[in-house]
Amino acid sequence: MKILLMGNPNVGKSVIFSRLTGVKVIASNYPGTTVGYTSGFMKLGDETVEVIDVPGTYTLEPTCEAEEVALRMLATGDTVINVVDATNLERNLYLTLQLLERARPVVVALNIWDDTKHRGIYIDLDKLRESLGVPVIPTVAVTGEGMKELVENIPKASSPDTPVRGRDERWATIGSITDQVQHITHRHHTWLERLGDASVKPLTGGIIALAVLASTFTVVRFISESLISYILDPLFNTLWAPVLLRLSDLLGGTGLLHDIVIGKIASGEVNFVESFGLLSSGLYVPFAMVLPYIIAFYLVLGLLEDIGYLPRLAVLMDTIMHRLGLHGYAIIPTLLGLGCNVPAVLATRILESKRERFIAATLISIAIPCAALQAMIFGLVGERGGQYVAIVYGTLFVVWIILGFILNHTVKGFSPELLIEIPPYRLPSWRAMLQKLWMRSYGFLVEAVPIILGAVLVINILYFLRVFDAIANFTAPVVTGLLGLPKEGVAALVIGFLRKDVALGMLAPLALSAKQLVVGSLVLAMFFPCIATFVVLLRELGVVNMLKSAGIMISAALITGGILNLIL
Amino acid sequence: MPEGKQITLTQMQIGQSGIVVQIQSGHGLVNRLSALGIRPGRRITKLSSMLMRGPVTIQVDRAQVAIGFGMARKITVELD
Repeated sequence: MKILLMGNPNVGKSVIFSRLTGVKVIASNYPGTTVGYTSGFMKLGDETVEVIDVPGTYTLEPTCEAEEVALRMLATGDTVINVVDATNLERNLYLTLQLLERARPVVVALNIWDDTKHRGIYIDLDKLRESLGVPVIPTVAVTGEGMKELVENIPKASSPDTPVRGRDERWATIGSITDQVQHITHRHHTWLERLGDASVKPLTGGIIALAVLASTFTVVRFISESLISYILDPLFNTLWAPVLLRLSDLLGGTGLLHDIVIGKIASGEVNFVESFGLLSSGLYVPFAMVLPYIIAFYLVLGLLEDIGYLPRLAVLMDTIMHRLGLHGYAIIPTLLGLGCNVPAVLATRILESKRERFIAATLISIAIPCAALQAMIFGLVGERGGQYVAIVYGTLFVVWIILGFILNHTVKGFSPELLIEIPPYRLPSWRAMLQKLWMRSYGFLVEAVPIILGAVLVINILYFLRVFDAIANFTAPVVTGLLGLPKEGVAALVIGFLRKDVALGMLAPLALSAKQLVVGSLVLAMFFPCIATFVVLLRELGVVNMLKSAGIMISAALITGGILNLIL
Repeated sequence: MPEGKQITLTQMQIGQSGIVVQIQSGHGLVNRLSALGIRPGRRITKLSSMLMRGPVTIQVDRAQVAIGFGMARKITVELD
């Protein structure tokens, strides 16, 4: 048996899914958090049944890729748990009626039930059950209220005889249902609502956006740098370094095996960034350089997501984004890209047209550095002075704007306009936020550490076999002639395909000037996506568009690197 | 009962309310707006609009919706 969780966007399907199956999924306060489907299992009596978290949809007539996924899923399910936002009953019932018309057994979870009371909404549950002809269970997914009753009622899901109606007839039916079951009393605005309104007005919204941006930047740097200087650096330097030095002696101090495991040791000290052994840089880069930044970034992003700020930022950014061939909602995948480009490219599914998805995915792959790469930019470029970091970020921003402008004028078609629901601001639950932070940080470790260790191993072997030397001589005209980097720098570009953080680390031992480091970081950021992003791009864009996108990446990287080499 | 003044959503002032009378657009957009609760006969309030032909934010029932300028221009509202 297969149970589908379906409902409008941002009504809490993913939270209910987690409650039912124990499978942790990312849930946020904006429409379109779930763009693919996740499945899990739950016990129903003696039976184990599959539960699927379906992307949110307003109707069964899809308008974007995420909604098409929802429609395809519907064909495969046996029972539907229709999650309904109790504070927006009328609009939510449209999908409910469509589901009933398709003769699927339905049980309704009337979620966000706790909000109805202080929003002055009274719903007569018995009458609603009677009008719909299916079980209706009030739930508060974030606290778990009503989950037991919901599970008990799954076997009672029913598909009452419902005539297939047209759109206007459906709305008329809904109107008569809500007239009978819902009573609304007037009440005053809360401060959260006032703040919400202020966030989408040009002046106050602009001020709020700048404040959010500035505090995000400050908080992320403060948390990540504190974690590094007070916890991780001391751990590596005082506890781990002596262990490595002992091990180095045991392995004889030199040789291929020694270099792979420990890396190069100079004058009796472990340089965790430059030594490039599995146990030195292989651990230091992911744990002490990148992880603190990941934790800090996702903590702040999670807070903004759960409060419900991102859709408001989309409204503010809409006019600018239109110049780049996108609309405001594309800011959400873009912001996700500052964490990791993989979920960012997936999140472009919330955009309506293929054109927008191509532009958004290409811009993200080129100009949006992931958290791992940013951590290394702060670590390595930041050492030479804050102004160099500013040049890297400033250049990426300018590239984002110019390239978006060019794509908007060259890619055929036009971009649709913004049409989004803006969720109310909600006070986030700390438990849910920390859980999401844990999922993302843990996800980084299990996905990145094996690849980083693999990359370090490959790098050592390729150096040993002198493969990089051969490539370096071949590519020297571009790498040295055009970009002004030492010809060995090409090794980093090659490894950039595996992981960009390790690749940037490879530039550290080359004794580059600050300018070369800036050019190197930028070319590495823009040149080509890492393998994980590459796979997702290929799947989401198709072979032809992926090739186009890759061509744009390589040209943009070489042009930008070449120009900076000339003017810096 | 005298009819109220009919203007487009983009012409409405911030804070004004009215009833949607017409959406001059193709089937696709009418359907999308309708799914978000914006359809003839519904009462809406304009909350804000962005500069330079930016999106308009409205309140419909207890939901807020942001609508691109071009779409908002196609929605005719009869003021209260």
